[in-house]
Amino acid sequence: MIVLVVILAAAVVALSIRSFSPQRRRQEEPAAVALGGRVLFPFGAAGPTSRALDVALRLARNESGTLVPVFLARVALDLPLDAPLPRQSRIAIPLQEAVEQRAASFEVPVDARIERGRSYRHALRQMIVHEHYDRLVIAARVNGGGGFDAEDIAWLLRNAPGEIIVLRPSGS
Amino acid sequence: MPPGRHKIFLGMVAGVGKTYRMLQEGQAEAEAGHDVVLGYLEPHDRPATLAQADGLEVLPRRGITYRGNRVEEMDLPGILSRAPELCLIDELAHTNAPGLEHEKRWQDVEEVLGAGIDVYSTVNIQHLESLNDQLTELTGIRVRETIPDALLTEAEEVVLIDITPRSLIERLQAGKIYKPDAIQSALDNFFKVENLSALREVALRQVAQDVEAKRIPSADSVTPGALGGSRPRDERLLDTAAPQAFSERLLALITPHPRAQRIVRRTWRSAQRLGAELDILWVATREPTTEQQEQLEALRRLASVLGAHLLVERGDDIVAVVQRVARERGTTYLLIGTPSPRGPIERLLRPSLDHRLLRALPGVDLRIVADRTLIRKEKSK
Repeated sequence: MIVLVVILAAAVVALSIRSFSPQRRRQEEPAAVALGGRVLFPFGAAGPTSRALDVALRLARNESGTLVPVFLARVALDLPLDAPLPRQSRIAIPLQEAVEQRAASFEVPVDARIERGRSYRHALRQMIVHEHYDRLVIAARVNGGGGFDAEDIAWLLRNAPGEIIVLRPSGS
Repeated sequence: MPPGRHKIFLGMVAGVGKTYRMLQEGQAEAEAGHDVVLGYLEPHDRPATLAQADGLEVLPRRGITYRGNRVEEMDLPGILSRAPELCLIDELAHTNAPGLEHEKRWQDVEEVLGAGIDVYSTVNIQHLESLNDQLTELTGIRVRETIPDALLTEAEEVVLIDITPRSLIERLQAGKIYKPDAIQSALDNFFKVENLSALREVALRQVAQDVEAKRIPSADSVTPGALGGSRPRDERLLDTAAPQAFSERLLALITPHPRAQRIVRRTWRSAQRLGAELDILWVATREPTTEQQEQLEALRRLASVLGAHLLVERGDDIVAVVQRVARERGTTYLLIGTPSPRGPIERLLRPSLDHRLLRALPGVDLRIVADRTLIRKEKSK
């Protein structure tokens, strides 16, 4: 009987040590942040093209990195810069969800952001001030589609630190 | 002398019939034998509105010369010396010409109320201070004249004049709101179904919140306030044992981690569907690390865009802090992330966070937001 009790007590102690072990806890924590670099991926209200998103995701996956999709919100001049933006939130949130869903299929962790500014360039400036990143992936625009103007891209190349990957518009 | 009682006729936009309804009720009061005067009427050349004012005593306006132009303003001293039982005052958010007693008409109204005169007034929802930015973003049009929200909460009664966007546009097209030469411009700019729907939604929600605010007794509920009227405020309240609040308030419990963004987004979506306010809470059990501070800043920016309130509370007992915050903020819905897996002994020794929260917050719904990374892991097994 005593032997049985001792064995049981030993098992309980062993299990509790295992349960409370920080190492085990770390292993069981869902890995939402990758160990690799951060790939910044800004886009506006038109949303990213699936081609550009896939390129950014492949890059993040290859480097075991984290994708940081950044929705750029433009704030009208007659609003304070920190005003709530319900209309743009209704665009931004589904876009962020869609990006996250796509990233899940690539098994890439996501750390989403919303940046605001008076213009896309202003929001881009805020983004590079607030975020640390290893690569910045940006899609160029053609014929009024999604992506960024040549001037904005040229500005980023001049001002943003780190590696910048500019994606050509498809078909060009 | 007890202050007068204030009744506000609230609309989503010009032309819904606020002034018309105010005049109708004024006429009813006059017929009931009360001393009613028209302190200021802005009929906008609408014949039906003018007809509704027929028979009511109209106090003369004051002529003011401003920048070489003759403008007519409400005569506040005239109203105070006439001292009627009830005064009807249109356009609560109006800005007076410089040189008058007050800058804004709502300040005139406060003085009239202070003199013990009851007031009926009209205002559009866009003029409420707290909604001004939000409605500018929704409609693209900034309204410069605003009134403090307290006017609405302290009013004896708020009557929402509701009309569907389609009916309002039909009224506009029929020439019942603006003159024919202004109709097309109004239709092209402000009077769009999407603008009107957004404004209507906000107006309905605002009045619902106002009703709820009035039914919940506050510490000063038995003391008539500056605009509180001659009856104690608690007489106006519904029985506190009546069914509880119908307005929802959501609380997202997060930690400064990338996963929190998803919890906030899911909570915001639910808040949008319910027309509810959204609070985001992090219970800091220790000083945040550099990474956590970065995440917290990102969450702060997200909360500001969404119009949510980010709260950071210090405390060792997460459940106790959540319980206190939920009580203070009137939370009806709590959303948390997927709890981390726990070992068998931990499970035996202590109930999980979700169970403890459920026990500590009776009457608050609890929702666990799924973690996509776990779905992925499950699939790969």
